[in-house]
Formats: sequence, structure tokens, C-alpha cells
Amino acid sequence: MNLTFREAMLTFKRAPLLSVLSVTTIAFSLFVLGLFGLVVVNLQDALHGVEERVEVVAYLLPGAPIEATAQALKDIDAFPEVQSATYVSEDEALARARAELVELRDVMQELERNPLPASIEVKLKPGFRDTDHVSAVAERLRGFGFVDDVRFGRDWVEKLDRLRGLAAAVGIVVGAAFAVVAIIIIGTTIRMAVLQRSREIAIMRLVGATDGFIRRPFLLQGAIKGLLGGAVAIGLSFAAYVLINRYLLQSAFFTREQAVAIVAFGALIGLFGSAMSVGRHLKRV
Amino acid sequence: MIKFTTVFKAFPKGGLALKDVSFHVAKGEFAFLTGHSGAGKSTVMKLIYADERPTSGDVRVSGYNVNEMRPRDVALLRRKLGIVFQDFRLLEDRTAEENVAFALEVTGARSSTIAARVMRVLTQVGLAAKAQAYPRELSGGEQQRVAIARALVNEPTVLLADEPTGNLDERATRGVFQLLRDINASGTAVVMATHDLDLVRQAPYRVIELQEGALVYDSAVDEARDQAAAP
Repeated sequence: MNLTFREAMLTFKRAPLLSVLSVTTIAFSLFVLGLFGLVVVNLQDALHGVEERVEVVAYLLPGAPIEATAQALKDIDAFPEVQSATYVSEDEALARARAELVELRDVMQELERNPLPASIEVKLKPGFRDTDHVSAVAERLRGFGFVDDVRFGRDWVEKLDRLRGLAAAVGIVVGAAFAVVAIIIIGTTIRMAVLQRSREIAIMRLVGATDGFIRRPFLLQGAIKGLLGGAVAIGLSFAAYVLINRYLLQSAFFTREQAVAIVAFGALIGLFGSAMSVGRHLKRV
Repeated sequence: MIKFTTVFKAFPKGGLALKDVSFHVAKGEFAFLTGHSGAGKSTVMKLIYADERPTSGDVRVSGYNVNEMRPRDVALLRRKLGIVFQDFRLLEDRTAEENVAFALEVTGARSSTIAARVMRVLTQVGLAAKAQAYPRELSGGEQQRVAIARALVNEPTVLLADEPTGNLDERATRGVFQLLRDINASGTAVVMATHDLDLVRQAPYRVIELQEGALVYDSAVDEARDQAAAP
């Protein structure tokens, strides 16, 4: 391992320009990936905020028995998808309407009778806030005898679903494209390194080095280049994030785990790129 | 140790590099491989260190069958061989000592033993004082000594030398040749390809001569036959 590391480092020393060039190119392709990642992270945050508001409301028939309602509330609370179930009485509904619908306050004042029904508001746990689960919960709520009607914003729950799917798909496609670019770049620099050291590799073979032994420093070198590229990309992304926050809008940065994952991803594509390249070119040396 | 049995080797573009070559080099033997350039000396060498495979026939070296070797076996075989070339093949950006140590490192030798083993072979070839010199700072003869030290450091059973004196002046040639004789005297078999007939005449060693890919003379076989035929 020690020797592998030393040999890998030797290449950085021998071809510093080439090494800097490859680290820079990898850094920039990962940086673009990182910028896109920031967009996705912030979009996810925004979607999360919207998701929080996904709820199912069951309107109760007038005069629903209190005991039955209380029992139903407990049952609903125990549904696996449900985060919370809150009973809203007729009076509470009216108070809320008065507070929220200021323009209609006069009309409300003049009402002889409260026209608003009592309801149970059900919030779902994260991960269950999609059309399928929301519909399933709504269906179950309809099953209670004293429930008059069940409402949820089917349209915008579906839209949210599509938006989520789209963000994930675009993320995967763009991510894959830049990963391929980075792999090709690393593959090319490893190819140059192999050709540059072809004489040395021939000599290594003559003195009895196995292919695995010859390959290892190149793999390590690729991984290190990817790792450095990833680290630089995180640095550039952070700079971009600071600038955006100062001049454009308040946004979020990667969590520590996400940042580590990006650097690790850099190392991984470095390893992968050099593995593809070194195997092919060693045969020709 | 090294056994060729009816070996044929075709050139990739047609024609034969070797035609029906059979010989056997025993443990501890010194054998010259002679012939003009293009006679097939280097092809024989390459077959011995498994850089080439025979087109037909059988090549066995140190217990390995060269016809059917996996890449890993090739590496293991080469650790039992020391190989020296006309053009030295040293790494220019490493010192003499590092060049020799390199051959041990690639075999995964323990680093604690490397320095001592390297110094021992550099002393053996008379270059201990120049251990820190780079190849460009050494004369041709000295570079070849470094190459020989590198070949010896794995304690090979056979030393292959392909025109080891081809690039050297007369004095360096004598020195290198003497070194090879000393190595042989300590028990290592040596196969030396050369077209320097003066060298061949100087020493009482076996001579295998190739001509256009065919083995035309083998002193071990022919002298025995001559002696048997003598009245």
C-alpha cells in the first residue's frame, strides 16, 4: 500500500501540469453538478414546505355523537400514515373563517345560524404525502358513518407528485451526464499517464510485477484526482452559495453528509474512470 | 531448467522466426546463444521469459510450461529469472539503488530487508560507491552493472542476457563478461545471446548457434557426437 501510494504520488510530481489540469476539469464538471445539486436541494426544501400543508379534511354530519367522534379521532390517529388528527368544532370553524375571511366578516356577523360543519383535519406523515396514500386515507375516512364528505386538494397533490418526479428525473439525468464527462476526462488523463510511463511499465513487467500491482497506483491516482476534484467542486459550490445568498435569495447549502457524498462520488468516478482506462491501455503497452 | 522441444515460432506477418528448435540448458550451466542479427536469438530469449508463446512445440522454464501460462504465472516466472538487455532499460529518474530496489518492491519484498539486499548486489557488481548516482551520471558499463545487479537481486536461478555487451566498449565488455562468469561460478545458470565471437572463443562454455531461425550448432550435442565418432 505504501509503495502504491508512493508510485501514485510520483505521477503528480512528474506530470504536475497534467495532474492540475485533470483535477481542475473534474472539479468543474463536479461543480456544475454541485450547482445543479443546490437547485435540487432548495427545490426539495420548497416542496417540503408545500408538502407540510397536505391534509385531508373530513366534514362531519350535523349532530355527530361526541363519543363516536372522539373514538374515531383515536382510531384515525392510529393509522400508520397519520401524523396528527385534530377535531375542529363548528364554533372553531366559524371563528377561523371570521379571522381568515376578513371581507366576509359582516356577512358572518349577521348569520343567525352557524352554517359551517365540524370537521376532522388529518395531517399525514412525511413519505405518505402522495396521491396514493392521501386517497387511501380519504377513502377510509369516508367509511365512518358520521362523515359527510372528505376533501383534499387532489389536483395539487398530484401536481406535487409530478414535480417531485420531475426534479428527481432531471437530477438523475444531469448527474449521470456529468458523471460520464468526468469519467471520460479521468480516463483520458490516466491514459496519458499510462502512455507516459509505458517504458516503466514494461520494465516493471520484466522484473515480475503482476498486472494488479502495476494497475494499483493508477487506480489510486484516479481516485485521488476525483477526490481532489470533488473537494474543489464543493469549495466552488460554497462560494457560489455565498454569492447567491448575498445578492439573490436566501437558499440552503448541502448538509455535511451530502457534501461528503459529493466528494466520495468524485473519488468513485475517479476510480471508475481510471479502472476502465488502465485495463485497456495496459494491454497495449 | 530450460527445455525447448521442437519449437516453431511464426512471425505475425508470416514467415518463421524459429524452425524446429530443441535444446536443454541445465541448472548452473553457461550457454552462449550466437548467430547473426535476425537469426532468432531474441525470439528464443522472449520465449524463455514468456514474452512470446511458441506457435508449436514445447517451452518449459523453471517448472513452468510457457505454452499455457496465465498472466500471474508470467510475473512469478520472471521473479525466478534475471533479465539483462543491450540497452540496460533502467529508469532514468531513479538512482542506481532505487532501480535495483524497484525489482524487489514489485515482488512485495519486506521493506526492512530491501536496503541490505540492494547493497549486497551493488557491492557484488562493484558499484556500491555509486549507489546514489542516476543512470545519466554512469558510464555504459556501469549502467549495465546496475542492470545486472537488478537482475540478481531476486536471486534468480537463470540469468538471461540479451547482447549485454552490444553497447559497450572493449574494456567495459570484458568487465561485464567477467561479472557474468563470476555469477555463473556461484551457481546461477546464464544464457547469453551475443554475436561477439571473440567473447565466445575466450571461454570454454557451451555454444548454441542459430541461423535463420534454425539451430545449426550446439556444442554440447555436436562435440559429444564428434568425440563418440573419433577413433
